[in-house]
Amino acid sequence: MRQPSPPSPGSAPSIWSRLSTLTDYFAWPLRTSHYLELVNPLWTTHKLQARVVKVWDETRDARTLTLRPGLNWRGHRAGQHVRIGIPANGKHYTRTYTISSPPERDDDCFTITVKAIDKGTISHHIVRNIKVGDYLPIGLPQGDFYLPDAQPVQPLFITAGSGITPAFSMLNSLIAQGRLPDTCHLHYAPHEFDVVLGKELKALAQKHDRYHLHLLYTRDGEDKRHARFSTAQLDALCPDWKERDVYACGPPALLEAVEHCFEQAGRSRHLHIERFRAPFTEIPADAVGGRVRFAQSNVDTEGDSETPLLKVAEAAGMNPPHGCRMGICHTCNTTLKSGCVRDLRTGEILNEAGSIVQTCICAAAGDCELDL
Amino acid sequence: MKSHRYPVDLTDEQIEEFGRELDAIRDEVFDARGDSDRAYILRVIKTQRSLAVIGRFIIYLSLFFIPAWGHALASWPVMLGIMALGTVMLGVAKILENMEIAHNVLHAQWDWMKDPEIQSNTWEWDTMSPSDRWMHSHNVVHHTWTNVLEKDLDVGYGIMRVTPMQKWKPAYLLQPVYFILLMLLFEEGVALHEQAIDDHLKGKNKFADFKPLMKRIGYKIWRQVAKDYIAWPLAAALVAIPISFYVPFSPLMVFAMVAGANAIANLMRNIWAFIIIFCGHFPAGAHNFTLEQIEGETRARWYLRQMLGSCNIEGGRLFHILSGNLSHQIEHHLFPDMCSNRYKEVAPRVRALADRYGIPYNSASLLRQFGTTWLKNLRLAFPGGGEPYDGNRQQATQS
Ligand code: FES
Repeated sequence: MRQPSPPSPGSAPSIWSRLSTLTDYFAWPLRTSHYLELVNPLWTTHKLQARVVKVWDETRDARTLTLRPGLNWRGHRAGQHVRIGIPANGKHYTRTYTISSPPERDDDCFTITVKAIDKGTISHHIVRNIKVGDYLPIGLPQGDFYLPDAQPVQPLFITAGSGITPAFSMLNSLIAQGRLPDTCHLHYAPHEFDVVLGKELKALAQKHDRYHLHLLYTRDGEDKRHARFSTAQLDALCPDWKERDVYACGPPALLEAVEHCFEQAGRSRHLHIERFRAPFTEIPADAVGGRVRFAQSNVDTEGDSETPLLKVAEAAGMNPPHGCRMGICHTCNTTLKSGCVRDLRTGEILNEAGSIVQTCICAAAGDCELDL
Repeated sequence: MKSHRYPVDLTDEQIEEFGRELDAIRDEVFDARGDSDRAYILRVIKTQRSLAVIGRFIIYLSLFFIPAWGHALASWPVMLGIMALGTVMLGVAKILENMEIAHNVLHAQWDWMKDPEIQSNTWEWDTMSPSDRWMHSHNVVHHTWTNVLEKDLDVGYGIMRVTPMQKWKPAYLLQPVYFILLMLLFEEGVALHEQAIDDHLKGKNKFADFKPLMKRIGYKIWRQVAKDYIAWPLAAALVAIPISFYVPFSPLMVFAMVAGANAIANLMRNIWAFIIIFCGHFPAGAHNFTLEQIEGETRARWYLRQMLGSCNIEGGRLFHILSGNLSHQIEHHLFPDMCSNRYKEVAPRVRALADRYGIPYNSASLLRQFGTTWLKNLRLAFPGGGEPYDGNRQQATQS
């Protein structure tokens, strides 16, 4: 079994890193790792990659990828997530996915399960285009949504849609460790055929008496309203919920309802929530400019929809890097931390956090925050 | 109405219209970028890295054919043949890296992919000039002020007279020598192509003022030298020491041969880069501009200036790649941040546009472009050669 080892600061450099300082003299201005990548992309140290070793369609719009991470990977804890870089239409997108396999898996691989969501170009791309043999850049496992190691808890999982993944990983981890406690699970999905990991869940429920699974279909059956989460429903399906530790993951509407319910009952302390942050800002319909924040300089100001952000910054007394002022030299490049900006040449809106913004030819489109 | 001072017979409105048409081409191509472009640059990078290592190992391999080994194949012709192969591969890898990869990555041509590995602000290239220093003098100064006297430092690089508009002075008599020297030492020349150093030589600043800058450049030069002239040769020499007890051949010679091969590869790259780059703005027919001429320049007029000041070189697919697509200098200057593999398809459209508006489009063979560059260099070493620019003139001069 692999346990995550926290990075130990100040520990002596490994033999490998000492050796590579030397070999880097041969590889300059690249690193040795760039050449190792030519032989096997999993050996790199300058970035971490994973090889897609299996793709499995869970439902018509959900897919599980089995990934073999590179040598620098460290094990995860059940419930943690990982950042994955996905190339789509030539561009590199970073998305965060929960690791759906338990850490106890013995082939050093892990899985993520992705559901194609409306408007989600990237999830669609994963579900449709990623194939075995592809290499994807990945991050290290992150997040504090996991079961505690020590005390035995009686978990209650409340999940919906692809929010099933952390719960699935936790369940399998508990089972693999042979310490599955009495567990209750409410899972919401639109239809029976839509349940991500549905077969696996049912199989688990059949095999383990202590696992009580309730699948709720929000768009099937006569009385759809009853399928939605409510305190009454919770009372009915899991009467002892006030004695349990609760792990919830799903869309914002569900999480809000769950939070509200637990607050009322004074059990907020026992509620653990995993939120997936939307990587996009909704594009404001009337993008007429807005509040502009320059994060590094800690400057807040206003920008209209026609004034380049470079000028906005200068008017606010800053002197950000710039050159040509006409969009050709890229000296003024910075990153969008949040919000929307518009390219004045093309009218294109940038609304994804992490996008590169040329301040000399981009203006605010609603509120925005720049890394300047 | 014609209020501009560019050497074309177009009204202001026509120039603006021309600018809009170029914008449309740009937008169309930028929108069309996608998987195939990404695949292209990844392929070039992979090819380049493979060529470089394989070339270096072939150079090592050639050492096993030194006559002292005494086996059937061991002879100088075989040894030198193999070493030449390795050297050429390494030289081509360096050319690819500098021209088609680094130059274009540093132009932010590939930033749109958002690939953290291929970003203009983090890329470091295989040459002595630190990439961010070069980006400033190149992307900002040269690409914004292309061919404008007193603004674009690349007009003669401060040591040559490349247009009769530059006033002659006796030092230019030596410029054919500079020409050759710069060709051979192009890498070093680019690294030291710094305003601060120029000022220092003229006694305008103290060394302390730009010491940090020199430290950075110095570090970059040290790592480049350490790689080509210490690490790779030394590793071979170290292996040669024990072998030298059985095979009578000096490890010092081994060191010198590997270092020599690397030097030749660097030289190949220097000469090639010099030739391509000098064909960009110096062949006969390229225009230079005065500061007055570009006063109040609009984006469309900037486009026009780029077209009048840049020259293309004709050639095949491989030639374009090896020249970093700078053979499409005109297109590169119109759209400096368009990914280089797209210039080829844009060129005929730009050319058609130029024809329609009666704007000269300077495109010719390498022989013609480099030949006239060289002839001009010789001619302009001496006074005259066209009308000089005295600082008050209104009209543009064609050189
Ligand atoms: S200042 Fe040159 S691109 Fe913005």
